[in-house]
Parts: sequence; structure tokens; C-alpha cells
Amino acid sequence: MRRHLVTALLVLAVLALFAVPLLTGGDREYAGTDSQATALIEESRPDYQPWFDSVFSPGSSEVESGLFALQAGVGGVVLGYVLGRLRGRRLAERAAIPPLEP
Amino acid sequence: MHIAEGFLPAPHALGWTLAAAPFVVHGARCVVKEVREHPESTLLLGAAGAFTFVLSAIKLPSVTGSSSHPTGTGLGAVLFRPPVMALLGTIVLLFQALLLAHGGLTTLGANAFSMAVVGPWVGYGAYRLVTRLGGGLLPAVFAAMALSDLATYVTTALQLALAFPDAESGFPGAAAKFLGVFAVTQVPLAIGEGLLGVLLFRVLTVNARPELVRLGVLRPDPERAEP
Repeated sequence: MRRHLVTALLVLAVLALFAVPLLTGGDREYAGTDSQATALIEESRPDYQPWFDSVFSPGSSEVESGLFALQAGVGGVVLGYVLGRLRGRRLAERAAIPPLEP
Repeated sequence: MHIAEGFLPAPHALGWTLAAAPFVVHGARCVVKEVREHPESTLLLGAAGAFTFVLSAIKLPSVTGSSSHPTGTGLGAVLFRPPVMALLGTIVLLFQALLLAHGGLTTLGANAFSMAVVGPWVGYGAYRLVTRLGGGLLPAVFAAMALSDLATYVTTALQLALAFPDAESGFPGAAAKFLGVFAVTQVPLAIGEGLLGVLLFRVLTVNARPELVRLGVLRPDPERAEP
């Protein structure tokens, strides 16, 4: 029971950590830090020209979000598969060995 | 922490590539050796790679009003030691550089150095330090996850400051500027990543006990040993 409580509290803490700025922050932009850094470079060194272009750029921000979602999805599926197999293995082992008589 | 394609001057791009390459090659050898000698590790290796894959795809809002993504490299560093993550982290970065125009091929070396080399090693160091001080497994995992994340972003800020020193204040001024963008935003994300790592490890300690004992993460429990 205590174990489940700790798990629930940990999940809540993670959710709160990212929900609170969204709920209380007003209409801030939440620009990515990577693009902010690029903007900083362009501001401080206007003469700097990137000397190489991405080999492939997603056509639109929608396609880009989709590809990011795909990346997260693939990772999530693999992680879930591994955890599921490990859990299944433990349950199978527990079923195979009868508990010791007291 | 992704330095955009073409946004490092060529000598810097080359230098970081040369700096990261030996770690990645060594990491690849470690992965092959691990899989060959301990095929049962493949599942957990997959989990470590997948964790980094998921976390580095998700940009999360921070209290600073900007957003950024965690790195997830601490898990594999704790389980399999940092060299393994040098390869897995670089694969993730390569995927993003080729398909998402996120990061780049010319900046792959610098990005791999921060996310796949410095992050995992700092995380592993934090894990060893906390366990040695008697802090217990889960606090050590929290420190490893959070600090590997934070160290990655600090490294990126310093790499950019080296490449683009401030006109008046030089490297320190530029470092303060880039750290202001990267490191401050990252603090709440690093805490969140630490908590996620603890959640995952709680699941692993129950379900992957034999692997964790073999990898030296958990101590063999005499009471549970087979008679």
C-alpha cells in the first residue's frame, strides 16, 4: 500500500512540476532554449553565417511535431515492451515456485 | 542543448568531433561486448536507449518561461556505466539531426560531447558519490539523472561561449549569457527527470532484480538467495 502511495506522489510531483508553470505563467511563449541560443548568436554576431544546412528539414511545424511525437512514441513502445516482459517474467517465476510452507 | 546545424565555426565543429569520437567508438565496443557476453542485458540496454529516445523528444515548459527537453542519459550510465551511453546518446542525436533538423551533422560532435559524454559521466560520478556517502540507491539515481541532464546543458552553454565570446567581456561574459538561457531553464526539468528516474528504478528493482544484482547496482540479498 505504502509503495503505491509513494508511486502516486512521485507521478503527481512530476506532473505538478510541469503543469504549474503552464497554469500560472500567463501568456508566456515557452520558446525552446535551443532557438533562443541561436537567436543570441545572431544578435551578438550578426556577421556570422551558418556554413552548413540541415540535410533534411520537415516541411512544416506540424510535420516536425509529428516526427517528434513519432520519436517519443517509438521510445515509449520499446520501454513499455521491456518493462512488460520483465514484469511477466517475474510473475511467471513466482507462479512456478510455490510459496514455502510456514 | 542541440547546437543548430552550421552554428559552430568549422574549427570548433571539427575539434568537438575529434574529442567525442574516441568516446563513441569505445562506447560502441562496450555495447557489443555487453551484448555478446551477457545477452540477457539486451532488454535493459533497450530500455536505457528508449528512455533517452523518449525524453529527448519531449520539450517541457519551465518556470523561466522557456521550454527545453530532458536527456535521460543518467539511467544507462548508472546501469551500464557511461561509455554505453556515448553510443546510445549519439544515435539519438544522429536521428534528430537527420530527420528532425534538430541539431546537425556539423554540430554532432559538440552535441554528442555534451549529451552522450559529459552528461553520463557527471551522472555516474554523482551516483557513485551518493552511494559511497551512504545515501542509498534511489537518492543516488535521482542525483545521477538530474545532474547528467544539468551538466549536458552547462556544457552546451560553455561550448557556445567558447565559439562566440562576447565582444567586450570575452568568454566569461558569453558563458554567463548562454548559461542564463540553458542552465536556469533546465533546473526544474532536471528535478523532473530525477523523479522520473526514481520511478523507473523502483519498477526495475522489483522486476529486474537479477540483472541489477549482476550489474552491481543492487547488492545480492542473502534472504532471497536460492537454498
